[in-house]
Amino acid sequence: MIEDLGTTEQGELVVNLGPQHPSTHGVLHLVVTLNGETIKKVEPHLGYIHRSIEKMCESLSYRQFIYVTSRMDYLSSHINNHGCALCVEKGMQIEVPPRGRVIRVLMDELTRLASHQLWWGAMAMDVGALTPFFHAFREREAINDIMEQTCGARLTMNYMVPGGVMVDIHPDFQQKVKEFIRFFKGKIDEYDELVTENVIFKSRMEGVGYISPEDAVSFGCTGPTARGSGVSCDLRKISPYEVYDQVQFEEVMENGGDCFARYLVRMQEMRQSLSIIEQLIDNIPGGEFQAKTKAVLKLPKGEFYSRVETARGEFGVYIISEGGTTPYRIKFRSPGFSNLSALDHMARGHKIGDLVAIMGTLDLVIPDIDR
Amino acid sequence: MQKDELKIKLSELLPSAAFEEGAEWPTILIDPRVWTDLARHIRSGIRLDFDYLFCLTAVDWKTHFTVVYHLTSTVHRHTLVVKIRLDRERPEVPTVSDIWRTAEFHEREAYDLMGIVFTEHPDLRRLFMTDEWIGWPLRKDYEDPVNMIKL
Amino acid sequence: MDVSQPFPGEVHPTAGGGILVTKLDEVINWARSNSLWPLVFGTSCCAIEMMSTAAAKYDWSRFGFEVARATPRQADVIIIAGTIVNKMAPVLRRLYDQMADPKYVIAMGACATSGGPFFYNTYSVVKGADHVIPVDVYVAGCPPRPEALLHALITLQEKIRNNHAER
Repeated sequence: MIEDLGTTEQGELVVNLGPQHPSTHGVLHLVVTLNGETIKKVEPHLGYIHRSIEKMCESLSYRQFIYVTSRMDYLSSHINNHGCALCVEKGMQIEVPPRGRVIRVLMDELTRLASHQLWWGAMAMDVGALTPFFHAFREREAINDIMEQTCGARLTMNYMVPGGVMVDIHPDFQQKVKEFIRFFKGKIDEYDELVTENVIFKSRMEGVGYISPEDAVSFGCTGPTARGSGVSCDLRKISPYEVYDQVQFEEVMENGGDCFARYLVRMQEMRQSLSIIEQLIDNIPGGEFQAKTKAVLKLPKGEFYSRVETARGEFGVYIISEGGTTPYRIKFRSPGFSNLSALDHMARGHKIGDLVAIMGTLDLVIPDIDR
Repeated sequence: MQKDELKIKLSELLPSAAFEEGAEWPTILIDPRVWTDLARHIRSGIRLDFDYLFCLTAVDWKTHFTVVYHLTSTVHRHTLVVKIRLDRERPEVPTVSDIWRTAEFHEREAYDLMGIVFTEHPDLRRLFMTDEWIGWPLRKDYEDPVNMIKL
Repeated sequence: MDVSQPFPGEVHPTAGGGILVTKLDEVINWARSNSLWPLVFGTSCCAIEMMSTAAAKYDWSRFGFEVARATPRQADVIIIAGTIVNKMAPVLRRLYDQMADPKYVIAMGACATSGGPFFYNTYSVVKGADHVIPVDVYVAGCPPRPEALLHALITLQEKIRNNHAER
């Protein structure tokens, strides 16, 4: 990695950005070829957090491997676990009871809110505004407290099991979530006042990092990255799972294709998540929260694929089973991997400061990319 | 397009394709030599329009390899799975990174972890492991007594 | 009282140079422990809990860890928050070498302590950050709560004050 640096024959400068750098995305190493301050080429070097999860899962049982995915995209840990549980249930034809389904969707949407809050704080910090970081974390602590009461942990909540959820929700859960909804509704408007309307922020974000809809699909971008260019790809609408077909919410899309459009998509998604939580919190059905399953799960021989929508895009779990208690081959299709491949295309011709803004709106979590 | 219609259309396009039964989405098994033409046809074919490659997996079956492509269309909302069976001694398959740009990174990952060579790839080198790493970690016969502690 | 004769038994000189230098040592250690500046080094999930410790609810700047520096030349303590893999180990070593003395290391989380959940059947994880650099304080948890990290920081401060820290 060192021998590439220096000056190329055309007099362009090659510099390192990372792997240790102050943007809190993780360990991403970008080798940037610059002409003055204009970017000619960005090449991501990955593997600084490659923990060989796919190989490790070949020796874990079907109940154990779910919790390793919490550590992959740790900001949407519930949603990752949900995807794995759905895949195992598809293979074993387990039917999840209605209460389990509604609790799963509630946890998913709370996780999506928490992830977008952290994204907002971290992105504002990257661009230069240091105060929103503290605002975002204060709101996030409220969600963390709710999660801790029910699931037992703040960040890697090992709560989903094949068949439902591990334990029932805490008796205070509904009341606390309703308080949080009341508290947070006013906060989103505050976020808009603080950052969205700001002149400096807008001039840093508008017109930067454009990607057309055809390119977004070709690069495999999903989630808010593609929806900012007008591509309709929300899996909660296209192939709804759990109770997403019974709640009213909109798929948020913008047509700008630049950083500001992606930013607006995520702000609006926070409002939509809040509306989904509001619709469900008073209508949690009674009954069982977990279907009865055997203690040791054995998937039949075959292949199973399940797709869920995380805060970053489409997360896919592909299990190839040979009939044993451990999977033969597991592949995790992570959203950040494909979103990152579009970075070179988006950043050419911009300056280094714009590169930081583009990475912020892509919302990369590097352990998700490296697995 | 419905599953049966898709099967009929694909058999017209490629008579030698074999279909796998019992899978959630229509699955075809093909030879690596016909892959480039088929890829171009399904990418731009009328009423096919498979423009979104969402997963590329390499599987080691101990006697041979398989590369699995999961494709879907954002226009018609149908899904297709293409499986290509490769020789264990010389696993080579033509690249599709000029058709679907997302395949650049996915194929580099398959090369790095499994050792499958994608011919005519613009930049085929290791992605996750260090450049000096010897061996293909995700293969079933990979042994690493120094780093791997077995339970 | 006759004090003109020297003491007939053995006289041992005091270790450490006498009361002036030990008091000075105490003052220096007190100053060092109360203004340790951490290096921004988070690789995976523990980094989020480290950020939570830096945020408003579990503020770590009450203890002096006010400014988190991005460059190792200006940092005193490196908090290894996350898993270290084979490709990252030389980078970690280089960062540690670039830090100026006195420097301290906290291994946060199960992954940095011993490899954590990635101990068995992985080919690329370094099973514990102390294979790469010497560690002063280990924190357990996956991820540790912010209070656990604060306890580790306070333990490090006490270690410095009692002259037990490694260089």
